[in-house]
Amino acid sequence: MTPTLQRPAGKAAKRPAQDDPARIPQRDASKRGYWLYLIPGAVLVSIVILYPIVRNLRLSFFHWRGGRAEEQFAGLENWIALASDQEFLQSFQNIVLVIIAMVIVPTLLGLVIAALLFDVVGRRFGAKLSSFLRATYYLPQILPIAVAGVMFSWILKPNSDGVLNQFLTTVTGSDVQINWLGGQYSTAMASVMVLMIWIQIGYPVVIFMAALQRVDPQLYEAAELDGANWFQRFRAITPPMIQPEVFVVALTTTIAALKVFGPVFILTNGGPSKSTYVPSFYAYQEFIRGTDKGYAATIASAITILVVIVAIIFIRVQNRAERKEA
Amino acid sequence: MLAAVGALIIVFPILLLLLNAFKSPVDYANSSPLDFPAALDFTGIQTFWETQNFPRALWNSIFISTMVAVIAVVVSVLNSFAIGIGRVRGRTWIVLAFLMANLVPQEMLFDPLFQLYDDLGLLSNPWSVILTFVVIQSAFGTYLLSSLLGTFPKEILEAAAVDGATRWRTLRSAIVPILRPTLSVLMVFFFIWTWNEFLLPLAFLNTSDSLTVPLLLEQLNGERQTDTTTLIAGTLISVIPTIIFFLLFQRTLTRGITAGAVK
Repeated sequence: MTPTLQRPAGKAAKRPAQDDPARIPQRDASKRGYWLYLIPGAVLVSIVILYPIVRNLRLSFFHWRGGRAEEQFAGLENWIALASDQEFLQSFQNIVLVIIAMVIVPTLLGLVIAALLFDVVGRRFGAKLSSFLRATYYLPQILPIAVAGVMFSWILKPNSDGVLNQFLTTVTGSDVQINWLGGQYSTAMASVMVLMIWIQIGYPVVIFMAALQRVDPQLYEAAELDGANWFQRFRAITPPMIQPEVFVVALTTTIAALKVFGPVFILTNGGPSKSTYVPSFYAYQEFIRGTDKGYAATIASAITILVVIVAIIFIRVQNRAERKEA
Repeated sequence: MLAAVGALIIVFPILLLLLNAFKSPVDYANSSPLDFPAALDFTGIQTFWETQNFPRALWNSIFISTMVAVIAVVVSVLNSFAIGIGRVRGRTWIVLAFLMANLVPQEMLFDPLFQLYDDLGLLSNPWSVILTFVVIQSAFGTYLLSSLLGTFPKEILEAAAVDGATRWRTLRSAIVPILRPTLSVLMVFFFIWTWNEFLLPLAFLNTSDSLTVPLLLEQLNGERQTDTTTLIAGTLISVIPTIIFFLLFQRTLTRGITAGAVK
């Protein structure tokens, strides 16, 4: 999915613990009728989600050229090949950089910006200005990734049509024509990362600002009386107080980072020479251009399994933290 | 101040679009991107409008996103009624199955669904995208509404039962009206999420009159002969629907994301 808006995860699985939940009292006490309401949703999810998952998991144990060709049983061949596939490993190295750009930097910057907006701007200049600025930070989150990507690729165009090159030409006085996206790995990957940060930053800002409203203002006042400066107060109070929100942001953006596709597809198309591949993009390329859909299915399955594992770990950690609190 | 500078950096690329979309190609080539246009020029916008069927793409995007928003909310309500109020057996597993729709990367769905829609003759048909995203979005809706309905006030349900209301009546006349604010927030989000989708629409919609706004712009960007001013104009025009939507629903959007994350 596009890393536009994150869906909060890990909430619904929890249920109130009481034994007497809301229920329509039935004379015959039968729950059977409720199944009828699940039918449309269950049929749809089986066709659109579960069938493709099962099909690709199965296909990862076969070689298949696609179309009318016969499937040939491959055992674990695809999985073994994947483990030593340089392009796949490279794409996972890039995921580390993607996590920096989509999770770590936005979360840290988001903490500072949210605290500044809430604390300094909100108090000194009024709530209107702070919510206007918050909205500005949020704007890239609802821009289609394709539109944001095309905008950035215009700014980074390799010739003198590109904004950045034109700007550098004016500043340095000599003609600058850097091929940011297609020239070399470092500038291409850095460009992708900048786009990701630009898109992601608004999400933590909005969530953290809402979280800060829960924090008791007396905490800050007490710290102020103790002579702590703004940054000390920020460091000591903000992260611990809004830890649950930091956790949710980290979870949802990590999952989005593992699945990232759009920024790479639009900005670099995986280049130069496949160096900016991410796993999703690699799987997509193999499905479209590869000769073995079984192998493509193996890549896609590997990402899916990884995403599910990360989600399970995060939910477990969260549940444990909550039990400790209670 | 720092926060304001940051906000300026965020809108800067969009301001650049605005500054350069009204330059003639000659003006663009000879000026710095930070300069104001020498004269207001609509060549780029005109070329974009004449060579691309933008109204068609706009309609496709509106149609697909609206259909998904409405149908996905209906499906979410039905699912969560069975799970949250009906508390059907195995509901934890059912919620998990729906959750998979949210977790699964789209390239896992892409090839099997492509073949399925090909067999059904649905490729380049908006319903291929609608069907897919109804499921993906309603998975999120199911999961949010199920936990909400799990704590639905019992008194209301009992009162409805005393009045002799059937389950269907109770759902329609007691539960849905109470959920309405949440449902409208969900609808706004489903609309914008679907509008912004890229990978699966790119895979399923291939004819020029089936493209959505993001796909149209991406295709224009890929054509080598596209003039830069045309591309800038096209990007600016593609941003406009989002800006309008943003201004209309700003409050709903900020309320919605925080509602999902904060207990």
